[in-house]
Amino acid sequence: MNDETMTYNYTVVRQFAVMTVVWGIVGMAVGVLIASQMAWPAMNFDTPWLTFGRLRPLHTNAVIFAFGGSALFATSYYAVQRTCHTTLFAPKLAQFTFWGWTAIIISAAITLPLGITSSKEYAELEWPIDLLITVVWISYAVVFFGTIATRKVKHIYVANWFFGSFILTVALLHVVNSAAIPVSLFKSYSAYAGVQDAMIQWWYGHNAVGFFLTAGFLGIMYYFLPKQAERPVYSYRLSVVHFWALAFTYIWAGPHHLHYTALPNWAQSTGMVFSLILLAPSWGGMINGIMTLSGAWDKLRSDPVLKFMIVSISFYGMSTFEGPMMAIKTVNALSHYTDWTVGHVHSGALGWVAFISIGAMYFLIPRLFGTQIYSKKLIEAHFWIATIGVVLYITAMWISGIMQGLMWRAINDDGTLTYSFVESVQSMHPFYVVRFMGGVLFLTGMLIMAYNVFKTIANRQPVTATIPAPAAAH
Amino acid sequence: MADFNSEFWSWFISAIVVGGIVWLIYLLQINNKSSHPSDGKPTGHVWDEDLQELNTPLPRWWLYMFYGTIIFGVVYFVLYPGLGSYPGMLGWTQESQYDKEVEKANAEFGPLYDRFLKEDIVALADNTEAMATGERLFVNYCAVCHGSDAGGAKGFPNLRDSDWLYGGEPEAIKASIMYGRSGAMPSWEAPLGGTEGVAQVSEYVQQLAGRDVDANMAGAGKEKYDMFCVGCHMADGTGSKAVGAPNLTDNVWLYGGSAMAIKQSIANGRQGRMPAHAEFLGEAKVHILAAYIYNLSQGSK
Repeated sequence: MNDETMTYNYTVVRQFAVMTVVWGIVGMAVGVLIASQMAWPAMNFDTPWLTFGRLRPLHTNAVIFAFGGSALFATSYYAVQRTCHTTLFAPKLAQFTFWGWTAIIISAAITLPLGITSSKEYAELEWPIDLLITVVWISYAVVFFGTIATRKVKHIYVANWFFGSFILTVALLHVVNSAAIPVSLFKSYSAYAGVQDAMIQWWYGHNAVGFFLTAGFLGIMYYFLPKQAERPVYSYRLSVVHFWALAFTYIWAGPHHLHYTALPNWAQSTGMVFSLILLAPSWGGMINGIMTLSGAWDKLRSDPVLKFMIVSISFYGMSTFEGPMMAIKTVNALSHYTDWTVGHVHSGALGWVAFISIGAMYFLIPRLFGTQIYSKKLIEAHFWIATIGVVLYITAMWISGIMQGLMWRAINDDGTLTYSFVESVQSMHPFYVVRFMGGVLFLTGMLIMAYNVFKTIANRQPVTATIPAPAAAH
Repeated sequence: MADFNSEFWSWFISAIVVGGIVWLIYLLQINNKSSHPSDGKPTGHVWDEDLQELNTPLPRWWLYMFYGTIIFGVVYFVLYPGLGSYPGMLGWTQESQYDKEVEKANAEFGPLYDRFLKEDIVALADNTEAMATGERLFVNYCAVCHGSDAGGAKGFPNLRDSDWLYGGEPEAIKASIMYGRSGAMPSWEAPLGGTEGVAQVSEYVQQLAGRDVDANMAGAGKEKYDMFCVGCHMADGTGSKAVGAPNLTDNVWLYGGSAMAIKQSIANGRQGRMPAHAEFLGEAKVHILAAYIYNLSQGSK
């Protein structure tokens, strides 16, 4: 045994943790810019690569895969080592996943503004980048499952089930959905056509939400929440049930994006029913998170990191209630194609995904750099500014979306539509302004975080994380 | 048309849907053994120094909610299509829902429109109630191309003026909306002998519109015009409503009146298309729209 196997590998965790903050700011800044374009179209400055159509995929890719992806890499690499009592398997490959992922993000930041896109939502990157994603993802799987395989404890900790299912399923989703026929270096066409293409796209799209943005972040919750709260996980049995039910049920939910379309009636029905059944498995995770805090509720008063985590779980519960409701055909007939969908996505993305990631980073970064957080007060400020930002954002989109849906279906006594399309657009304007302000607040919070993290790292001390012997209780 | 190309796929879908639901129930059952000795106590597993789990039983309310959603799902699959090609007890499809809603709307609003359909278009143009309906129809179905004030845009005719491609009589307007119109100005670059010929004809066309032009060029253009263009645009350039050839003498230009735009029209041709609305809107609504547009064009006189 050499020294390397005696200490945890923090190098790659540090890199991903710092980049989580950096990419968060980049992705959210692009989001704020395009939100301003919805309210004031002149904000695209008549420049092709600054237009909404090109920057919207950059925003989604940056926040989901750059910010969320880096958070997942950092936390899963950290948690898997520590809960397996062993160092990362294949450390050089782990290092490759960092540089590979960085290369993918930079390629995205160049190609998407140039208009190079496969035009599949949340999978816009062209085929050469898709290939690189596949290579990096397989390397990630090797490192993660290799670490699990070489663990020094008998049982696999619950967080690792979720990280593992996220890694496996995302590999499957990415490979199947990105199957394409290249016609040049920068252009390919989907291997599927018509409604099959739409179905594959939303099977991918909804499971990107289900596995990338849910299972992966539940993995974060299961490690970092009990650590921060210093309490045991509420229910092992609940975690077993909701894990398997979630993994089975999510994979069916895609068709609810294609209600009342050319998709056959049977497929729409299965999508709707399983989306509804998904409510309980999702809430299983919420209950396990919130109840883990029982006996330690007082900590919420003094610990802003715990505030981030608990609020994120509350948003998770809220948006996983809203989602099944929106999957019901009658509700979907009103909500589909409106801002309500945008509000729903952001209550999940900002409220759940970003909050739990931010909480985990505030836990992680001081430990990775062998120091204390520079300022707890700034975390507190970040928490409140970000919370107000999310609330402004989603309430604006709820009102705007429901108003839109109601305006589209309003009819006069003679059966004609009460409002022309442009009237509905005009009525949305004030809510677009409020949404923009919500986004500005959320971004401000991230900038405060960046300052706090920068000052924390400035005080760094060398870290030697010796691997302790597994607890004897086994 | 069936959704499946063989019975196998129908059974396949049904099997995994039913199997999945049964599996969920089984999962709940095996993890819901109540009064376990270790209920609410740690499982005994410890990770990373202090991570532990309690073996708390499944919360009752949550369990019943889970069963509730499963029961909803089972009932839904009995009533609605979902299990492969089984159509569901209600026989519901999205197509039948659409047909029913359209039928209901027609039954409710049909008599109103039928009353207007019996009236002459010219008379209808003075009917305030019909014109209010006409305006609502116009902003929803026509304004995207013709503008909310019906003033038109490049390639989309102004409907407020008295210049008509296919005629401004009430019945001609109605026919345009009912059956659509297809402009068919061919590309003339090759027959005219390249850009020079196009420039000459363009000069002559501008002369027809009353502009000051290069007399030599226009003269050469007239020779070509008389050979190629008279068939549709007529010798005096006033056009033909029968084929929708525009009047070239009135200085109204559908695709722009600059020398450049005129040359482009001649060289490359123009294929304007007004879609047919008979099937989509039905004759009664088209009738009201024709009256609304007729009324607008009367205002310009």
